[in-house]
Amino acid sequence: MTTLAPEAPYVPPVQEQPDVPVVLTPGTSGPDRLFKLILLASGLIVTVILGAIVLYLIVHSWPALHQSGLGFITSDDWSPPSSFGILGALGGSVLIALVALVVALPVSVATALMINEFAPVRFRNWLTGVVDLLATVPSIVYGFWGLDALSNYLYGTTVWLDHHASFIPLFRTPSVATYGNSIFVCSMVVAIMIIPIITSITREVMSQTPRETCEAALALGGTRWGMLNDVVLPFSRNGIMGGALLGIGRAMGETMAVLLILSSANTLTWAILGPKGLGSISALIGLNFEQSPTITQSALTLAGLTLFATTLLVNLVARRVVSRSDRKKA
Amino acid sequence: MSTTFEPGPAHRGTPETPASADRPNRRQRIPRGMAAELGGAAASSFALMWLIFAITDPGQSAFGFFVCWLLGFFLIFAIVAWRLHGVLLMKDRLGTVAVWGGSFVALLPLVVIIIYVIIEGSQALFAAFPHFFTADMSQFSGQTPIGTAGMGAAIVGTVEQVALTTLFSVPIAVLAATYLNETRGAMANFVRTVVDSMTGTPSIIAGLFVYLFWVEPRGVNGKSGLAAALALTVLMLPFVTRSAEEVLTVVPGSLREAALALGAPQWKVVVKVVLPTARTGLVTAVILGIARTVGETAPVLLTTSASAHFNWNPFHGIQSNLPLEIYSLIVSPGTNSTKVAWGGAFVLVLVVLTLFTLARILGSSRTGHRSSPWRRLTRQAAPS
Repeated sequence: MTTLAPEAPYVPPVQEQPDVPVVLTPGTSGPDRLFKLILLASGLIVTVILGAIVLYLIVHSWPALHQSGLGFITSDDWSPPSSFGILGALGGSVLIALVALVVALPVSVATALMINEFAPVRFRNWLTGVVDLLATVPSIVYGFWGLDALSNYLYGTTVWLDHHASFIPLFRTPSVATYGNSIFVCSMVVAIMIIPIITSITREVMSQTPRETCEAALALGGTRWGMLNDVVLPFSRNGIMGGALLGIGRAMGETMAVLLILSSANTLTWAILGPKGLGSISALIGLNFEQSPTITQSALTLAGLTLFATTLLVNLVARRVVSRSDRKKA
Repeated sequence: MSTTFEPGPAHRGTPETPASADRPNRRQRIPRGMAAELGGAAASSFALMWLIFAITDPGQSAFGFFVCWLLGFFLIFAIVAWRLHGVLLMKDRLGTVAVWGGSFVALLPLVVIIIYVIIEGSQALFAAFPHFFTADMSQFSGQTPIGTAGMGAAIVGTVEQVALTTLFSVPIAVLAATYLNETRGAMANFVRTVVDSMTGTPSIIAGLFVYLFWVEPRGVNGKSGLAAALALTVLMLPFVTRSAEEVLTVVPGSLREAALALGAPQWKVVVKVVLPTARTGLVTAVILGIARTVGETAPVLLTTSASAHFNWNPFHGIQSNLPLEIYSLIVSPGTNSTKVAWGGAFVLVLVVLTLFTLARILGSSRTGHRSSPWRRLTRQAAPS
């Protein structure tokens, strides 16, 4: 380095006006306040709608709750206007959702793994689109297809399960073995409908798996399945659980498939293969609400409130579980 | 093979380690010989089960045979892989087979349903071609020929109701999404939780709510296209809000900071920078929301009814729509009703597929770059 140039004498800058910093305060000017108010209002509209739903359901279900007391949730005797036991229908909603989940969960996890880890990269986007499309097909089309086609396809399965697997209580049929549109068929349709939900959430969580850990597993000589089993699946366990819960929530609220396929008998039974399985709450409302007298409508609203509360709870827990898995990776 | 990690120069390429041992262990996409193992296991399991079933119980159902064949296949494949490659590779291959099989099971129904809808539905659709789209149901009674049926009234209803729904929900949804994304605080988190839980609301509850809130107080005149649109709004609003919020998070923060640094007030930043940048994504979110809403049946079940006649006015009188018309055809007796219902389902699936494809095409052209000022400047400067 050469010698530095001799330092120039310091000339203070000419100051005609003192330097006043410009105060940048986004969000506090008049128009900004108005803008924030509009935003807040539209956010509140959504909240108000939810509040109104809860309020209206509570107010309109009050007469039935007053009449039956707690009996509505502990009895499965649905014979309005004297008795409003919704345990049968609630049990039906839960049973349909659980059977659907048993089928949908492994299939969804497999699909998520396939899209993320097995399929060629250039098909990945396309396959995600196909799964999304599965979620977009209207539920009435699924229900109609289940009624018209799937119940025929599954007829042999039902007979076979009844003959060979009836040692499992779930597969026992009522004494008169007529197989038809059963909870089993219904659950299969619902399973198809919740597969995209579980798959997309599972896939999203799986794609967050740190690549270095995966590569480390492979570099240590692990097989691909070893990597998936020991790294990806444990990492995304929370996401899978959250996805499963969201699937349950969706399955419990599903109306049209149950309405079309099940001829409902609202007593509690665990025979999923019989023709008269349980209905579900949503199907009960959809079928009977309009023709019913006021007090029965009130009871149906009470059933709706129960369903609403249950799905709300399940959804909140599911979101919490999924977001916890988000936080873990962060 | 030596596993030492000392980088001694004598170690590299010494004669006692053959050159082949140092070759990188490339992973093959399909392991060699796997196809033969798979085919062999499938065939031998099939033969074995055929034998067993022929001896024990000839009158078995196809499904039982299929299940046993599948189990046998897994078992034989496992044994073959284990004997040939050891336990680790056996697990790998079984896992691979299970993943592919599972995803096949997941995606099969979509293909089957779409083919089924096309086959069953085209009959009614093309029985008297334009008639199906232009006529109403007044000449059709379940026993009359399929050609007399028409979905015109239902299509009109669906179009008007979905247009109203979009009108109601999209402005609020976009503003609410902006609120969620552009402001911080406990209130925003609370609203986000509310929107999340509303996304999971059973659709029948939306119908029930609008029935209690809107239809019942109005008595006989309560049911209308407007009531149906309100019920659909309860479903569409949280859905579009959530996906719009997701779109807005993709807008790079540097754009916002640049606008703020230039002294723009926040509303200008949102209106002139954030929303235009996310425009295509927002349109995609709206189209997806419409595609979801078009086919919803449960909310409109209580808020309007299927009707045989045209009703162009969504604000007065019962106005039919596509899903409801399909539902009423399914449950009505009559040999031809089911076929006409499939025709309606075909139209519905066609609409949904078109909207979905549109959304995908729009969504795949990424917007974030296109509106970037740097790109715009360089494009203008380019001689072409």
